[in-house]
Amino acid sequence: MLRPLPLLTTLVLAGPVLFGLAGTILPAFGYLVPGADRPFAHVLEWPGLPRALAVSVISGVLATLGALAGAALILAGWYGTRAFGWLERVLSPVLAVPHAAAALGFAFLIAPSGWVARIPAVALGWERAPDLLILGDRWGLSLAAGLIAKELPFLLLMMLAALPQVDAPARLRVARSLGQGRVAAWAKAIFPGLYAQVRLPVLVVLVFGMTNVDVAVILGPSTPPPLAVQVTRWMTDPDLAMRAVAAAGGLALLTATLGILLLWLLAERLAGRIGRAWIWSGHGAPEGALRGAGLVLGGGSAVMVLVGLAALALWSVAARWSYPDLAPEVLTWRSWSRFGPDMAEVALLTLVIAAAATLVSLFLVIGCLEAEHRFGLTLSQRALWLLYLPLLVPQVAFLPGLQLLPLKLGLGPSVWLVLAGHVVFVLPYVFLSLAGPFRAWDGRLAAVAAGLGTSPNRVLWHIRLPMLTGALLVAAAIGVAVSVGQYLPTLLLGGGRVTTLVTEAVALSSGGDRRAIGVWGLGQAGAALLPFALALVVPAIVFRNRRGMRHG
Amino acid sequence: MAEGLHLEGIRIARGDVTLLRVDAHIAPGEVLTLMGPSGSGKSTLLSYVMGDLPRAFRGTGRVTLDGRDLAGLPPEARRIGLLHQDPLLFPHLSVAANLAFGLPRGGTRAERRATVDTALSQIGLDGYGHRDPATLSGGQGARVALMRVLLSRPRALLLDEPFSKLDAARRGQTRDLVFTRAREAGVPILLVTHDAADAQAAAGPVIELS
Repeated sequence: MLRPLPLLTTLVLAGPVLFGLAGTILPAFGYLVPGADRPFAHVLEWPGLPRALAVSVISGVLATLGALAGAALILAGWYGTRAFGWLERVLSPVLAVPHAAAALGFAFLIAPSGWVARIPAVALGWERAPDLLILGDRWGLSLAAGLIAKELPFLLLMMLAALPQVDAPARLRVARSLGQGRVAAWAKAIFPGLYAQVRLPVLVVLVFGMTNVDVAVILGPSTPPPLAVQVTRWMTDPDLAMRAVAAAGGLALLTATLGILLLWLLAERLAGRIGRAWIWSGHGAPEGALRGAGLVLGGGSAVMVLVGLAALALWSVAARWSYPDLAPEVLTWRSWSRFGPDMAEVALLTLVIAAAATLVSLFLVIGCLEAEHRFGLTLSQRALWLLYLPLLVPQVAFLPGLQLLPLKLGLGPSVWLVLAGHVVFVLPYVFLSLAGPFRAWDGRLAAVAAGLGTSPNRVLWHIRLPMLTGALLVAAAIGVAVSVGQYLPTLLLGGGRVTTLVTEAVALSSGGDRRAIGVWGLGQAGAALLPFALALVVPAIVFRNRRGMRHG
Repeated sequence: MAEGLHLEGIRIARGDVTLLRVDAHIAPGEVLTLMGPSGSGKSTLLSYVMGDLPRAFRGTGRVTLDGRDLAGLPPEARRIGLLHQDPLLFPHLSVAANLAFGLPRGGTRAERRATVDTALSQIGLDGYGHRDPATLSGGQGARVALMRVLLSRPRALLLDEPFSKLDAARRGQTRDLVFTRAREAGVPILLVTHDAADAQAAAGPVIELS
């Protein structure tokens, strides 16, 4: 029962990616899709291609550099201080807010009708909104800013998790006693080792930044859009022959992504050289400016997302909100009674899919970890790459194939296909979240139980898993949040017929109904945040009489 | 008496519990040994002198180094070198880059390289510059750590159980080297240990903590 699970998990992770890539490559070269006429030529002749590619690259690279620099500067400048505790507290909820909801809120802030324009309007007495395009600017800078706000907390969390492995306090102490300031000491003595630990997540951010669709639809330019968005448009074109063009576009984006990844790896080496020269020179760093930058980037990210959510909330209850007032004149529940029932129904389906995908993932992950524990089937470094595979290959490069190939085999888009697609992306996060606590569990308890004549299965179900309740709930909450945020798998594998909170919210974003967007955006954020709240509250209640089960 | 390290009316507390009180003056080239069992707050005292006392502790009293009051100065501005029981060489850097790490600014690239090479030969590690610190033996690592801290030209040295992880054969040798070099540098030295042999080799005043 247990032994085949690691292999099954491998298939679940690698299978869809390889299968999907095959299903993308074939039509791109004229197979599989009838009536496709030279799909690659079509992509190359598309006039928007250079700009679309440029926007994808600019927003992806800027987002990665910004999020990485921000997370590193927060740690370098503030770790161990009171300000750091405060930053950590405001950034952790940001992590759980789905990308689309965060992007919608951010769009509300920077739109001509948002607070960013209203505040100076009130202060300076403007009558009309300034004719200045911030949202959806031509080069994707607002898209990059929105991505930084969401990815910075992710990289910060990854770095915090890796910190114990680099012996940070002792190294920092030595480096500072050797005359290096806080930030310089951190950058020279700790960052290189830490970066090696979080390299895969950084690459995930880079790939996501270049190829995501939902944030790009909401915050990116529209004519031409980033390439990933254009590929999705081709994919959902009523003319079926356009599927082949979409596949070719997906491959073009995959090639560009691989090129940028290669450049990134070269830049890593260059940065290493520069860093060593810096260490040899004995020069310090502009401490105050860098600490300030860390605080601004970290605090700014939190403010952008949290105030954006507040803007969504306010619009969802606004009756009349004229420009340039900072708040609506009258509040009303009308939008909620109008859109609420539909939203609740879709929320239910969204959460059912999320729960199912998370349960399947938990089953596979616990199976893998238990097999590792019992048979020593350890996951090697190569397995870590496997875990990251679905996150490192752009979704637009293999999801089109994942829709086309089953179609050829007579499997049309369905909610089951959507569920399967979600598992591919939920599983890695559930694994990464649960592996640490599962492996850290005190194995002597299993030995004691075995000595009392308990079977390994009983140990698992009655001792190990109950003791890991907190970690299991957190992993489940992460799984649900990831599933709630999945836009492209839902859209493509559901063939447009499966509607979840994210597909509806993104679809609404192009229209102008701010009250509807407010309701749906908040609904999506709530669906992702609620499980986290439960994950924190439930263990506290269940184990209220067990001191050994409390942390800290 | 401005020269050297003054500890005046130092009191380290955790909550309301006083861990230790110290009053001492260490002249340049002198070694003061603090002896005490673990948990007596010795390492916490070093943190206080370094300026990175963990928030759970409270320290009062004045620390002056060569007449300069250290209150409020960050660790990097105090010019106090630190040697641990682990060499704590930075694993991502070569042995030479580790030595260059604390070298004060100034000089050309070639001069700095030459300084590092000379330092390597002084500790009998000629040609070890490009090596990965992880390939050094315990004694070699300890010597590199000592040289790294001396190259940063500190005005005082704190030794936190620096020999406790070395095997008996290396311990005596390394101890002699550390004390000889540190005395040559002419700076006040504060040694914290629970090993009476260390205190004896230090050949200076000893304060026993309980």
